[in-house]
Amino acid sequence: MRITCPHCGERGLQEFLYHGDATVMRPRDGGAEPTQEWTDYVYFRDNPNGAHRELWYHNAGCHAWLVVTRDLRSHEILGVEAAHDVALRRSA
Amino acid sequence: MNGDYSVFSVLREALRGHTGWRPAWRDASPVGVYDVIIVGGGGHGLATAYYLAKNHQRMRIAVVEKGWLGNGSIGRNTTIIRSNYLLPGNLPFYELSMKLWEGLEQDTNYNAMVSQRGVLNIIHSDAQRDAYARRGNAMRLHGIDAELLDLAALKAKLPYLDYDNARFPIQGALLQQRGGTVRHDAVAWGYARAADRLGVDIIQNCEVTGIRTENGKAVGVETSRGYIAGKKIGLACAGNSSRVAAMAGIRLPIESHALQAFVSEAMKPLIDNVITFGAGHFYISQSDKGGLVFGGDIDGYNSYASRGNLPTIEDVCEGGMALMPMIGRARLVRHWGGIMDMTMDGSPIIDKSPVENLYLNAGWCYGGFKATPASGWCFAHLIARDEPHEVSAAYRLDRFAKGLLIDEKGVGATPNLH
Repeated sequence: MRITCPHCGERGLQEFLYHGDATVMRPRDGGAEPTQEWTDYVYFRDNPNGAHRELWYHNAGCHAWLVVTRDLRSHEILGVEAAHDVALRRSA
Repeated sequence: MNGDYSVFSVLREALRGHTGWRPAWRDASPVGVYDVIIVGGGGHGLATAYYLAKNHQRMRIAVVEKGWLGNGSIGRNTTIIRSNYLLPGNLPFYELSMKLWEGLEQDTNYNAMVSQRGVLNIIHSDAQRDAYARRGNAMRLHGIDAELLDLAALKAKLPYLDYDNARFPIQGALLQQRGGTVRHDAVAWGYARAADRLGVDIIQNCEVTGIRTENGKAVGVETSRGYIAGKKIGLACAGNSSRVAAMAGIRLPIESHALQAFVSEAMKPLIDNVITFGAGHFYISQSDKGGLVFGGDIDGYNSYASRGNLPTIEDVCEGGMALMPMIGRARLVRHWGGIMDMTMDGSPIIDKSPVENLYLNAGWCYGGFKATPASGWCFAHLIARDEPHEVSAAYRLDRFAKGLLIDEKGVGATPNLH
């Protein structure tokens, strides 16, 4: 499996660190009581058997956070975006 | 129906050209309404069906399996059994499993080649010795055997380790002599045959495609072989737990990850025990056929593909070379991958689900094989009596919401690090 970093080009897996599901969103800070929202964010995942949007960090490269879309059945990489761009688009 | 296997049946068949052996279990088709349907014909599902039939009230039980028996993780693991845990939620459970392993072959009348050859965790630093001493003490407080070996004792036992490794010098080991290996396929076959003899219908090539609910209660499963009604449904499909639970609208604290394992060419007896490297992730034993069976970390990213990638293979082999350089010239003949339910705290779930009459056995991470007997025993108890068995009471689904995590490794909600 190789990932094409938008900044550095195609690189081997050993350059990257995995940080899991990119679709979970950190809830706003609430009160002192734990909420279902926080439990879902920290612990629960869709874990789909197919396309998965996930965070990778280019640790031995440009140090960018990436949002990779990957087919979990075949490991085929369907798309790579800079996480920065994804965040800007989300807040626009 | 088959008779018991014994030395006499082997001799009898030897004299008549092995013409009298019969299939070890019936190839059943779904018939009528079942009291319990177990989804998943792996080790845990088959053990559950067997202990339901053996330990509890009379009931009609079916096991439905999407492929053939033993095609999942029960036939893809590295066959190690042990109960060298640290935390109170785990210790009694895994020790029950060890006790059930010790009586398994007599109980199921099936040779599973249970071999208590000893599990050694190698120690490489002062801090690690303290941690293993603490673990050994926790085990002994729970009545489990544990022995801390100093350098001289370890050298006498395993003269071939790289004791003078500059980065990872060896100081000793924690030994659990009752740990060892079991022939994994035979576990599935033995439980299947024993369950079948108690009347359990084992239905292969029957993939569950939906879970039917009425008024919030599970009433049956849609399968590739038609609808099967059941009063209670137990899910034991680790690797695919999230997918199957999603059919009932349930989301789990689980990610699926690929774990690879490796076998070398066969060689003469060389490694007598199960040995784990303490400065990285590498463990090894030798099969009775002579192959070195070893493994290490999961690949570390979500996967439903039963294969991994090369960086993990390199990492595992580096661990092996740091511990015992003598294996460096052994050729690898096979490697394969399996799919693991990685939970957010590294511990499993045996609990009722949010849907009534639907029960959950999931989240075994990469430690499910050793748990097979106790998992079946406790899941059967939960399904039959609607209350958890005392040794699996901590494996609740709501422990994540309540902060009652059982995190042996202490790394938090990072499923790829457990």
